[in-house]
Amino acid sequence: MKQIVNIMRKELSSYFVSPIAYIVIAIFLVVTGWFFFSTFFLYNQASMRGFFSLLPVILSFVIPAVTMKLFSEEFNRGSFEMLMTLPVNRLEVIMGKFLAAMGFAMAMLLPTVVYAITISGLGELDPGPVIGGYIGAILLGGLFSAVGLFASSLTRNQIIAFIIAMAICFFLTMIDKMLFFLPQGILGIMSYLGADFHFRNIARGVLDSRDLIYFVSMTFIALYGTSLVIQKRK
Amino acid sequence: MIEVTNLTKYYGDLCALDHIDFKIHKGEVLGLLGPNGAGKTTCMRILTCYLNPSEGDITVKGTKVTENPRSIKQIMGYLPENAPLYPEMLVYDYLNYVADTRGLSRNVKENRIRELSGMCGIREVMHQSIGELSKGYKQRVGLAQAMMGDPEILVLDEPTSGLDPNQIVEIREIIREIGRKKTVILSTHILSEAEATCDRVVIIHRGRIVADGNMAELKENAGRDTRIELILENAREKDVREKLSKIPGISGIEPGASTEEKGIHLSLSVHPGKDVRGSVYQVVKDSDWGLLEFHRHSKSLENIFRELTKENVQ
Repeated sequence: MKQIVNIMRKELSSYFVSPIAYIVIAIFLVVTGWFFFSTFFLYNQASMRGFFSLLPVILSFVIPAVTMKLFSEEFNRGSFEMLMTLPVNRLEVIMGKFLAAMGFAMAMLLPTVVYAITISGLGELDPGPVIGGYIGAILLGGLFSAVGLFASSLTRNQIIAFIIAMAICFFLTMIDKMLFFLPQGILGIMSYLGADFHFRNIARGVLDSRDLIYFVSMTFIALYGTSLVIQKRK
Repeated sequence: MIEVTNLTKYYGDLCALDHIDFKIHKGEVLGLLGPNGAGKTTCMRILTCYLNPSEGDITVKGTKVTENPRSIKQIMGYLPENAPLYPEMLVYDYLNYVADTRGLSRNVKENRIRELSGMCGIREVMHQSIGELSKGYKQRVGLAQAMMGDPEILVLDEPTSGLDPNQIVEIREIIREIGRKKTVILSTHILSEAEATCDRVVIIHRGRIVADGNMAELKENAGRDTRIELILENAREKDVREKLSKIPGISGIEPGASTEEKGIHLSLSVHPGKDVRGSVYQVVKDSDWGLLEFHRHSKSLENIFRELTKENVQ
């Protein structure tokens, strides 16, 4: 447990000592702010639904950019060898890096709380969907971080890791909008796989165990896959 | 202390280590020698629990590396080749991170970092980022990192590669210093280095051990073969060969490898235990050849190494 915290702290600090963290956060805020507020006043409703409906698409670009270096860079530099010969095990390394990525995602979402505060000043903001939205955003950030971590463990090239992670995240986001292309037989599974669908459920303010199970199990699968890939390198 | 038994490692079809066995005793400075790709690094990676062996095992103080890697990693410090560190981190932060993962408590940590920074001579770069350091400093930071947990066993993969001669001497001195108290395993393909720092060497070639012993033993096993190098001028090679081959004790005359352009260069191999210098000189004196160079040398580690790692090529 202590090792997980150590590794997480090291990864987080390496995010924040380089300008990349600030650039990614700034871009995230500019993009979400722009798209959200450009239509916000047209609806004339005090709700953050527009913001949360944007999140899955934007996060599926931003999170892979955050996670792409986690393993790829270590493989490329050879520092992975140094890391794995410290008294840590595979699980601790993966969890440490995963929690660092998720922590970063949360740090990125934190400034958007200002939107909620601003909007509640403009009108009557229903707190349920906002809280649900943030819980969903954290779960979604966790899932995408795990997917990104998995992609990063596959290759020593960060660009490839980014593209793989983005493709998977984008697939999970868009799949339930593409369902009419698919044959009847796999429709059920595919609509269940869609992260956006479950996220929307939670963002309505309804915490259903099915949606929670989806995020937890998918995150677990991605992390387990990472563990298998890392083990294969031994 | 460390027992390597029947260790084998395949990378796909490639056999990197082929059933090797050896032992490392406590307090020994062991050199793993071998040409590039011989399997030195693979051996070290298995020892440090980075790779799993395909077959066989390494036992450290009675614990198998495949069974309880954490307890072994705990007593082992490792410096991989080229010291791969995190360039964006400050030296101090990095050492701090290593100290934390090695489980050092707060008060111990500060002292340990101070002590190591003095020992490895990195005190003046503690607040620079690792990416800005020269290769020599990086290597020293790597060394400090390896010694952070006060390990009983220190594994160094080519600790002096790519350093300038002054830095090599400094790093060697540090290693020798550590070697007084700890078990050190280092790999190198620089032979003079092994000769200067190691108590014992194991020569690996194509995944097999071709020699194992201390320097004196190795030289003895190689058959104390002496050669006489001779450079003559004003002489025809045919005459020289004819006259010299009559001397009893000379078993062969080969053209020597010399950069000198003047004269002819011959390398005489001598039967063990015979001293033919007098007779060779007599032959030269009796003729009208000019003697430019005349010296004897016994096999250096370099020759032994070349022989051991060449023979198996066919």
